[in-house]
Amino acid sequence: MIEVGLNHFLVVSTLLFSMGIYAIVSRKNAIQVLMGVELILNAANINFIAFTRFGNFGLQGHLIALFIIVLAAAEAAIALAIVLNIYKTLSTVNVDEVDSLKD
Amino acid sequence: MNLYDLIFYLFAAITVLSAFLVVTHRNIVYSAFFLLFTFFGVAGIYVLLGADFVAIVQLIVYVGGILILLLFGVMLTNKITNVEIKTGTINIYPAVIGVSLLSGALLAALITSNWKTFPTEAPLPTTAALGTMLLQEYTLVFELLGIILLIALIGAASIARREA
Repeated sequence: MIEVGLNHFLVVSTLLFSMGIYAIVSRKNAIQVLMGVELILNAANINFIAFTRFGNFGLQGHLIALFIIVLAAAEAAIALAIVLNIYKTLSTVNVDEVDSLKD
Repeated sequence: MNLYDLIFYLFAAITVLSAFLVVTHRNIVYSAFFLLFTFFGVAGIYVLLGADFVAIVQLIVYVGGILILLLFGVMLTNKITNVEIKTGTINIYPAVIGVSLLSGALLAALITSNWKTFPTEAPLPTTAALGTMLLQEYTLVFELLGIILLIALIGAASIARREA
């Protein structure tokens, strides 16, 4: 077994990113698509923090990770409000059935 | 194989397996709960990388905030009388093939590339340094993020409460 290094963390984040993409392109429910977006943001955060640890950049990667977490919170709040509105209007949140701009 | 590696493999396994269940489970409530384990695993990975403050923020914001928000979304957009909260998939074969190709290409690229790494020292506490940076070099970003959060939350409330 080789010692855990930068590559190991990058592999974990790549797997998270791929599964997030999979959720976005294949799940019907809009909330599960949102979960995919959260997985992708987490993968980006792992990359930032891994490069901070194994590179020589100071702590800026940690700050960017914090900014990403804040933006993820804002994004989740707004996206859920939109999803609730879609549900109120169309009685479904399946993204393949929500295809009318105006009724 | 030392303790650090063992803990890393444990957290990596928790993260990846529960993320896989998040994206494949048919019941969306189960998906949301597996997302909890994914976020915990990612927080553990942050701790292993010496990012103590980011790990705590991850626990507070993701597990305490975003996950609860997602669960509220699940509850409010399904008929609760319907016990089976199932959800389907579309385009499953193109999605699997495309995502496998994408992740294979990414993995090949990052494994074959020769990253320049510096020797790692023992991690130091980061909270004080992060606070200093936030209030000195990154004050503008900090204030802008506060404004963005305020606007986002007001906007979310007004969108969600709009009378149709």
